[in-house]
Amino acid sequence: MKLKKVFALFGAIIFPLLSGCETNMVVFEPQGPAARSITQLINWSLLWMLLVVVVVFALFTYIVWKYREKPDNMDYEPPEEHGSTVLEIVWTAIPILIVIALTIPTVKTLYDLEKPPKGYEDQEPLVIHVTSADWKWIFSYPEEGIETVNYVNIPEDRPILFKLTSAGTMQSFWIPALAGQKYTMNRMETELYVVADHPGSYLGRNTNFNGRGYAHMEFEVLAQTPQEFEKWVREVKETAPKLTKEKYEEILLPTHLGRLTFSNTHLDWVNHADANSKTYTNPEAYKTHGYKGKIFEEEDNYKNDAYTPKSNHGHHEHEDVNENESHGGGHHGH
Amino acid sequence: MDIKWNEILITGDPLILGSQIAIVLTVIAIVGGLTYFKKWGWLWREWLTTVDHKKIGIMYILSGVLMFFRGGIDGLLMKAQTARPEMNFLDAQHYNEIFTTHGVIMILFMAMPFLIGLMNVVVPLQIGARDVAFPQLNALSFWLFFSGAMLFNISFVVGGSPDAGWTSYFPLAGKEFSPGVGNNYYAIALQIAGLGTLMTGINFIVTILKMRTKGMTLIKMPMFTWTTLITSIIIVAAFPIFTVALALMTFDRLYGTHFFTLSSGGSDMLWANLFWLWGHPEVYIVILPAFGIFSEVIATFSRKSLFGYKSMVVSIVGIALLSLLVWVHHFFTMDAGPAVNSVFSITTMLIAVPTGVKIFNWLFTMRKGRIKFTTAMLWALGFIPNFVIGGVTGVMLGMAAADYQYHNTLFLVAHFHYVLIPGVVFAVFAGLYYWWPKMFGFMLNEKLGKYHFWLFVIGFNITFMPMFFLGLQGAVRRAYTYSAESGFAPLFLVSAIGSIILALGFAVFCYNIYWSFRYAKRNVSSDPWDARTLEWATASPVQFYNFAVLPEVKEIDAFWHMKKRNSGLVLKEEEIQEIHMPSNSGLPFYMAVVFGITGFFLVFEWHMAAAVAAIGIVIGLIIRSFDYDDGYHVPVEEIKNIESKWRKVEGGVKHHVG
Repeated sequence: MKLKKVFALFGAIIFPLLSGCETNMVVFEPQGPAARSITQLINWSLLWMLLVVVVVFALFTYIVWKYREKPDNMDYEPPEEHGSTVLEIVWTAIPILIVIALTIPTVKTLYDLEKPPKGYEDQEPLVIHVTSADWKWIFSYPEEGIETVNYVNIPEDRPILFKLTSAGTMQSFWIPALAGQKYTMNRMETELYVVADHPGSYLGRNTNFNGRGYAHMEFEVLAQTPQEFEKWVREVKETAPKLTKEKYEEILLPTHLGRLTFSNTHLDWVNHADANSKTYTNPEAYKTHGYKGKIFEEEDNYKNDAYTPKSNHGHHEHEDVNENESHGGGHHGH
Repeated sequence: MDIKWNEILITGDPLILGSQIAIVLTVIAIVGGLTYFKKWGWLWREWLTTVDHKKIGIMYILSGVLMFFRGGIDGLLMKAQTARPEMNFLDAQHYNEIFTTHGVIMILFMAMPFLIGLMNVVVPLQIGARDVAFPQLNALSFWLFFSGAMLFNISFVVGGSPDAGWTSYFPLAGKEFSPGVGNNYYAIALQIAGLGTLMTGINFIVTILKMRTKGMTLIKMPMFTWTTLITSIIIVAAFPIFTVALALMTFDRLYGTHFFTLSSGGSDMLWANLFWLWGHPEVYIVILPAFGIFSEVIATFSRKSLFGYKSMVVSIVGIALLSLLVWVHHFFTMDAGPAVNSVFSITTMLIAVPTGVKIFNWLFTMRKGRIKFTTAMLWALGFIPNFVIGGVTGVMLGMAAADYQYHNTLFLVAHFHYVLIPGVVFAVFAGLYYWWPKMFGFMLNEKLGKYHFWLFVIGFNITFMPMFFLGLQGAVRRAYTYSAESGFAPLFLVSAIGSIILALGFAVFCYNIYWSFRYAKRNVSSDPWDARTLEWATASPVQFYNFAVLPEVKEIDAFWHMKKRNSGLVLKEEEIQEIHMPSNSGLPFYMAVVFGITGFFLVFEWHMAAAVAAIGIVIGLIIRSFDYDDGYHVPVEEIKNIESKWRKVEGGVKHHVG
């Protein structure tokens, strides 16, 4: 019984190693050099951890089986034994060696991830500003002068430098197929280098809980050939509408939006990464069921009274937000 | 004062309405039952006013069982909601509230009271003391904890549950994004309960340092006492940080200050740092006593003394120190830079070293032993392989660069459940099966115990093993639903089925308590397991003064060697002297009530009412400072009487050792 369980657990651990290509484990199927370096680190750690698991499980099984109480050993009185300095040093030293074996590549990878991936150092990275808001992702291309919501197109084989910030709550920017994640924080800027090896569509999402709309806070990353990308940029510049301040404030309301595209960026008037940027909070828009506390007026809040709820159905409000994809359209009070 | 009466009760959700009705019915049943059976006086004298560490421990454990039930229901609801993609069983808001209360309740109101309860029952007995150093403070600790727990628990029916996660990260948890009073409950209920915990920490440090019986030097203390001592030190080091953080949170939410807010220069990162500066040591506050329990159980049922006692002690101290130096690993993704992340990766992985030492010491304690598979021992055995999985995945998460891919996914959730359930919950069950006869004078049924064990362990693995893989597939924590295209559905379903088996295991445990309470035979020996430490040297259940004559200790596993040498076991009548014991007091209970009322008013931001209620706290303090009652003496005749009862039955303490 015991033995079976041990083997089951063991199998569950070893399974992803043996069948990495057949499962849909995105972490083991990296599509770019940044994610690939992390996967290699994970594989390295899995080997060592597997070793630990095998040794401990084997020892455990052996000892428990061998020294179990049986009807014929009831007279056996275990010896007085207080320890063994040699053994205790051994099982202190070996884990330290394993930790060292894991630390070296970890530190190396940590430093590497802060730079453009190897082989892409001499290319000028494409800078894309990412602004997370409840519950959507805003991508601004300052050089191209375009802005997208909930999707981001990137050229393949070119380093992308995402400059991350948040218009409100703390969120985490994650494209598992391409790179590890990083937080977005208001009045802060974090940076993430990403390269996509080849064209493809990848899922990105927020991993840091930020309220009712969190589960659906996803975006698409589309890696295109440079020609396609150029073409797309040109098209957007020609056809997409301009983003106005009013429209931007509407976007920042806590809603789910579909994809939006604009031929300018909100960076023209606000960059939420600036230490002195205004805040755009709308406490009234976050009411749920239950008792409301006092809401404080904030001096640096850009739009304090602009938001006036359509109706006072309080408790059901969040259902609107979840179900109505373009909710908020009637709410701008300017 | 502006009171919005129509908003106080949560309405509109059938699940919550059902709970409201159930709560009212339960209260009526309890009040009616107590009145019908004329038990009010008994309840007041024996329990509400008691300062006896054993009774306080039992009340902690009872609270733990109750809160396990509540937190478990929360967990099952989450599993039901995520069993299929795009389920509409719970909406996002409701799910958010439920995972928040699940986390808070399981850590602070389930794990903590279970362990503090066992510490209360066992530690004074293990060190040969008559009570803790400050018995009335101990009662106050319990009642403040209970007051905070109850205040937190009513949130979902009155005013609204906190919904920002058990980590309550700002700015989400601030008024700007959570204008309801739910997160006020978090700030204030945890503050009240936390005060109780801090007092417990102080109390146990003093108890263990000052009240050990003759001959018990620090290095002869049982391992559970050692872990309790170190845990108490971590409590005293870490809880004040949480106290301050919660106070700042309260100011932000109630009075419009800007410590953590988005506006006016508040810092959300400050909250994350303060929270985990407490939060990570908190994990070790619950895990260390659990290690102590396993050490006792494994030694007893292997019939050997603990292998490498000194390296065990050193590794506990090492874990305690490291626990205060790893908090940044909870937010490697905050971009503190590769240097900072490297340092915290190393400290995090280093925790594996002392923990590994402990694992090997436990294994070698069993080696050459004679392992008896009692239910308590099964829990300890089940702990080792399961915890190792939690441990190795912890090391993987500790590698900061890799953590960029695991962070906030279900891989992380699986990891910490693999640490906390085998590490803490298995330990609590081991401890309960082991010390149950000491607490109540009868055993829990071993056969039911084994059903409990297998259902729970298998259910646990089926519930949480799939989550590792879900995390690697990109499933994130705290999401109330997922799309059908994501491909997560099969593993989520497996996990949901596992949680039912897990719940069945817990149900068997509850039935076991009921069955044993009704039918288990009552004349158990004072030392039913042939154990090694002093708590087994006195009656089961333990008489209120613990020891007629305080035992004298010569080595580790004192009682074992007393049995072996057959010395110090027989009570000599001429040695019996009057025993000085503390008097009961209603003041701790009173304080809990006024703290609870004040807290409730503060939650709803009725500041004047809270100020008036707070006068009650001051009155309580004044009454206490004019309290000159320094206890009473138990006459020799009464002691002889009590001792003769259990010793006559047994004819002296049993000794199996040849």
